Amino acid sequence: MTSHNLTACHECDLLQREPILQPGGVACCPRCNAVLFRHIPDSVDRALAYTLGAAFLFIIANVFPIVGLEAAGIANATSLYGAVEAIWKNGMVFVAALVFVTTILIPALELSLMLYVLVPLKLGQMPQGLASILRLLQSMRPWSMTQVFILGVLVALVKLAHLAHIVPGIALWSFGGLILLLTAAVASFNRHELWNMVREGE
Amino acid sequence: MNDSNVTASQLGLCACHGCGSLSRLVAGSHDMCCRRCGAALHLRKPDSIARTWAFLIAAYILYVPANVLPMMRTGSLFGAQADTIMSGVVYLWHSGSWHIALVVFIASIVVPLAKMFSLTYLLISVQLGWTHRSLERTKLYRILEFVGPWSMLDVFVVMILVALVQLKSLASIQPGPAVAAFGGVVVLTMFAAMAFDPRLLWEPKERHHV
Ligand SMILES: [Zn+2]
Ligand SMILES: [Zn+2]
Repeated sequence: MTSHNLTACHECDLLQREPILQPGGVACCPRCNAVLFRHIPDSVDRALAYTLGAAFLFIIANVFPIVGLEAAGIANATSLYGAVEAIWKNGMVFVAALVFVTTILIPALELSLMLYVLVPLKLGQMPQGLASILRLLQSMRPWSMTQVFILGVLVALVKLAHLAHIVPGIALWSFGGLILLLTAAVASFNRHELWNMVREGE
Repeated sequence: MNDSNVTASQLGLCACHGCGSLSRLVAGSHDMCCRRCGAALHLRKPDSIARTWAFLIAAYILYVPANVLPMMRTGSLFGAQADTIMSGVVYLWHSGSWHIALVVFIASIVVPLAKMFSLTYLLISVQLGWTHRSLERTKLYRILEFVGPWSMLDVFVVMILVALVQLKSLASIQPGPAVAAFGGVVVLTMFAAMAFDPRLLWEPKERHHV
């Protein structure tokens, strides 16, 4: 990579030269301060480690109940999918679909696509169709709402704490870990570096 | 390096929305594709202002039922009760969880409203062709993009309550129509923010390539 690559800021369109970054450095637009790209040391290794951990926790978080409830001898527990089903059965098809997409489908796709990109790279191969996968990942990111979902669970628990005995499930803890690992994985997944590989691969 | 604030579009260059690489636009040719990733090239997001307005107006309209209709209905031994977003916040406040009440209030009421007002302001500022305070307006746009998903909070809260509180005759919770309306508001404001092109905040009106 040379320092003479011209680039345009994605937020204000200012034309500028790409600087050469120190390890861990960040390139910002001089006019609007948008982050243009980062240098992330060992980004493939790191992103792969975080993504594998996140994928493992994601499976646990979806298999086990998130939280249980006990009141007057009646007990009830729900998993994420169970909650989607419950709201579907109440006739809220749109809401059920929205929750399913933002908390199950998109995070699952995001994790699998990241693994699809990272595993071959780790083995020294170029993943097939890298360009379209990077574009897909970019457009999915805002719709991945695991963090918001967990905050929602916590608020629901506070609402219920007065009325019933709450039993936190395995999935609740897994979700907590998942949020951290997912954030770390997304932060170390270096799109800029990967896009440069697309260019070199041609 | 930053001597004259030249933008890519002024030199006939177009940055790809996907991968960011620059391509030279050929005059009079349409449907050009990025050399690196094959995405369709547009100088600016197509019809950005019109599409943002459309999503935004739809969001304003849905915001009314989202706040007026009940979010959930609680049935228990002691009778039935319907809660809107606001009455849910008031309930939390009185039951002593004022901090949680504040979180829900901010995520469900302040954030969607602030988001819609800010986008309206940004759209009007672009249509008036403002070139001052571009940096502040860009920062506002970044905040909008960041907070977008957080207003889904109440939808998730209701869903968990509905799934958990099914204790036969003791108590049960049903979702109300406002949940769907509210989810719609969140999705529409997110689409609106995505349709908006922040590069318009830096250009005088005569240079808008929309
Ligand atoms: Zn910029
Ligand atoms: Zn491209």
